[in-house]
Amino acid sequence: MSRRSIVPFGPQHPVLPEPIHLDLVLEDERVVEAIPSIGFVHRGLEKLVEKREYTEYVYVAERICGICSFQHGSGYCQAVEAIMNVEIPPRAEFLRTIWAELSRMHSHLLWLGLLADAFGFESLFMQCWRLRERVLDIFEMTTGGRVIFSVCKVGGVRRDISSDDMKRIITVLDTIVADLKDFERVFFDNNTVKSRLCGVGVLSKEKILELGAVGPVARGSGIKLDMRKLGYAAYDKIPQVEPIIETAGDCYARCLVRLRELYQSVEIIKAAASTMPEGEISVKVTGNPNGEFFSRVEQPRGEASYYVRGNGTKFLERFRVRTPTFANLGALLATLPGCDLADVPMLVLTIDPCISCTER
Amino acid sequence: MDNNNIVISKNDLLENANRLHDEKYRLVQICATRVGENVLLDYSFGRDYEFVNLKCEIGQNDEIMSISRVFPPAFLYENEMHDLYGIKILHMTTDYEGSFYRTAVKNPFFPLKEG
Repeated sequence: MSRRSIVPFGPQHPVLPEPIHLDLVLEDERVVEAIPSIGFVHRGLEKLVEKREYTEYVYVAERICGICSFQHGSGYCQAVEAIMNVEIPPRAEFLRTIWAELSRMHSHLLWLGLLADAFGFESLFMQCWRLRERVLDIFEMTTGGRVIFSVCKVGGVRRDISSDDMKRIITVLDTIVADLKDFERVFFDNNTVKSRLCGVGVLSKEKILELGAVGPVARGSGIKLDMRKLGYAAYDKIPQVEPIIETAGDCYARCLVRLRELYQSVEIIKAAASTMPEGEISVKVTGNPNGEFFSRVEQPRGEASYYVRGNGTKFLERFRVRTPTFANLGALLATLPGCDLADVPMLVLTIDPCISCTER
Repeated sequence: MDNNNIVISKNDLLENANRLHDEKYRLVQICATRVGENVLLDYSFGRDYEFVNLKCEIGQNDEIMSISRVFPPAFLYENEMHDLYGIKILHMTTDYEGSFYRTAVKNPFFPLKEG
């Protein structure tokens, strides 16, 4: 007869850089139920919108998360711009696209490193993060910041990228692609890696739709959904924006989606760089937002929605972010029952949880 | 990027949620906004790249039905609304009874009036 016990997982755990807690109900080594507990560090950033002018709040929105900081800023600006009927200059749209894709690369490389670390592949972890450093160097070169770089503003962007810097970026991206090709075989072909990821945490297409999961989690189960197809920023002018999907629905498929998206991001940046028009990078914004709008962007972890409601004053009434991790919690909980206790870290990681985003 | 807003009453919420579920929509998010002494609820759904938003205004002390039996992840958003705004939601599939978020004050986004 199996023995039933409850194992607390988190809020402090080697695979969790941020606090989330799961009560894992086990029968011997098999998980039969998982009860999540979050809210350890809820920051109330959404409430802060009532105390900061809408132009200043971009800095707060960017601090929701250190990984997808840029996209939080641009998603917020996009919603405010929609309410105020502000059209940003075409060059600003392309610059937003370039920084968004660099952010995706930095996030996916960080995640691949964390995954490698979780299954004990220290050298692979270091290789991934070594490549990520090069992306952070590009941020530093173009914006002055490495993680939170405050380059987005309502009406456009604050900084331009010169054509010389753009050439340097392309050169660095080519070196990243060359190195990535060298070690991607470890993710694609290594038996040890496959044994930890293949067939683990399978989510069917139907289950994903029922759970409302987004991003690489959904695309790893064959859902062709990528908010970049909405055509915000300059994505409507770039043909390379096709959702990358895998159909197995397991941890391995989610890993492959992120790996392949790295190459896609490089292609998008190159396409944006070659077609970016000259011109202004921002427009003057006057008046205050009056109205409401839901804006959606594709963050590295998936679709994020931003709700902004203004009342004609310089202070907004409401700002609400639904982050991809929040949407993917349901998928995480669905993968856990029936899995082995040893697989729980892999399952938690393959939704790429960002608790900082969730506890905005 | 259009926001397709549909205004409904709180009594029509479940019926609309069921209809959208049958039409293969997924739950995108649920959010509450304080509007004077009332709360405006936004239930957002997506199908491929379509976006539909149900808007429903309720009083702070009104009770609303949970849609978590129709859209399972809804319990996360509903517990969030309960903890931040004090909205009473009936028949949630998982009810944290106020312990979803560990906030220093109760209902920080819409403190209840004394008395």
